[in-house]
Amino acid sequence: MKALSIHNLKKTYNNGFQALKGVDLEVEDGDFFALLGPNGAGKSTLIGIVSSLVNKTEGRVSVFGHDLVKDNEKAKSCIGLVPQEVNFNQFETVKNVVLIQAGYYGISRKQALAQTEQSLKQMDLWDKRDLVSRRLSGGMKRRLMIARAMVHKPRLLILDEPTAGVDIEIRRAMWQLMQEVNRQGTTIILTTHYLEEAESLCRNIAIINNGQIVEKSAMNSLLQRIHTDHFVLNIAQNLRAAPVIDGYEIELADSQVLNVAVPKSRGLNRLFQQLSGLGIDVLSLKNKSNRLEQLFIELVQ
Amino acid sequence: MNYSVPFFTILYKEVCRFTRIWPQTLLPPAITTALYFLIFGKLIGGRIGSVQGVGYMDYIVPGVILMSVISHAYANVVSSFYSTKFQHHIEELLVSPVPNWVILTGYVSGGIARGVMVGLVVAGISMLFTQVGVLHWGITLAMLLLTATLFALAGFINAVFADSFDDISIIPNFVLTPLSYLGGVFYSLAMLPPVWQIIAQGNPIIYMINAFRFGLIGVTDVDIVLAFEMTVGFIVFLTLLSLWLLHKGVGIKN
Repeated sequence: MKALSIHNLKKTYNNGFQALKGVDLEVEDGDFFALLGPNGAGKSTLIGIVSSLVNKTEGRVSVFGHDLVKDNEKAKSCIGLVPQEVNFNQFETVKNVVLIQAGYYGISRKQALAQTEQSLKQMDLWDKRDLVSRRLSGGMKRRLMIARAMVHKPRLLILDEPTAGVDIEIRRAMWQLMQEVNRQGTTIILTTHYLEEAESLCRNIAIINNGQIVEKSAMNSLLQRIHTDHFVLNIAQNLRAAPVIDGYEIELADSQVLNVAVPKSRGLNRLFQQLSGLGIDVLSLKNKSNRLEQLFIELVQ
Repeated sequence: MNYSVPFFTILYKEVCRFTRIWPQTLLPPAITTALYFLIFGKLIGGRIGSVQGVGYMDYIVPGVILMSVISHAYANVVSSFYSTKFQHHIEELLVSPVPNWVILTGYVSGGIARGVMVGLVVAGISMLFTQVGVLHWGITLAMLLLTATLFALAGFINAVFADSFDDISIIPNFVLTPLSYLGGVFYSLAMLPPVWQIIAQGNPIIYMINAFRFGLIGVTDVDIVLAFEMTVGFIVFLTLLSLWLLHKGVGIKN
């Protein structure tokens, strides 16, 4: 069964702006799925419609076989949403934020208390349960939103830029957490601007641009389409001009830094041999950009 | 799904909210009421004498109670639901499988709870100045609850359309307060010139206050049956309008 099935989804806002122009998308049960796109591409509108925050203009959405219109309550019960912006009542305590959400899903108080405790412990927030939620740090607020989204044990978790603005340590911890949640059987749809995040976490990917899906494939097969890698080389010598080596594009970024485009067919060994032949010693190298980032730019331009 | 759980969750949240901020919600009506009775009842009322055979102080008690119920039932829902929109935690409700009618009854019940609680506070203060009893319990309680329901619904619709905090104060300040003060709280319709008596009958609050007054002290300027029919009619209309607005997502969905 598909976790999410979207057919010919269209959205035109009151001002005439067409945010979605007939989107078709399917996400498999158990998948860790990335939905990427530049700002204004239609990601938030798409997620808004799936999570019932935005009215669609046309099309059909079903969640685990439940039509979002005809079988609205069952479809909604399957979804947990972690939005981009903080949207809980900041005057409530941490525990109440999660407990109230459990109540909205019809979970009895006794059960809700148990699931709230479990959810907050999973997010390492149990010791903060009596704190007024506005006093939490930015990272804790994000974790609270995940705890809230998980309290009714959704089968599909939608994470809309969950790590935006959090430091690298918390981000890594959240990655581990998301992977664990996915391992336990929850389907995850992730939108993010950190393409490294999508590349390392997600198995399948869709890229949306101008309200249309421009790419949908497995992450591995998408990355295999990259024919050229870009590297930054730190060299020992001071150069005035970039060396010219047949088959490689080389730019002098600084007197001791070279930007090199390396076709996969040629590899790095030949480059190092040629540089060595020219009396240039390479001290270190690193990838200039994330691999997915290159593809993303190509696809949305 | 067992709808009583989300219903009581919303109601519990609402009651906690207005009791947590009791100095803003429950204390002011107590002070205002005490001032009304002191100024209009004790100082001025003594010179007015009796109205429809009832002492002036006793005459104004039902209106003062119901005026507080009206303003607080309205204020609770309009401020709470608008804040929910403003802070975006309306999204918690929209993503969850809570039907629209449960959202509406939850918020309206919160407004009724505050309206009734304030009504009790005001009635308690009035006991310090007068000895008004309840003549017809059924009529009194029915009109109290119906009036609170009606204005809680009106507050909900105001909040749905509101785009700013200004929008939630315009109706209470420029519509509700004048209609309440001109709704026969402090005078009988018979005291007005004939033309104004006709105009005043277009004010729906006149009917509610008079029906409530009839329940408490047995005097009224209007037909009680008409008052109930009108109030129930407005409730049905505003309920259907609220449900339609929620269904369409007006003011709460993009």
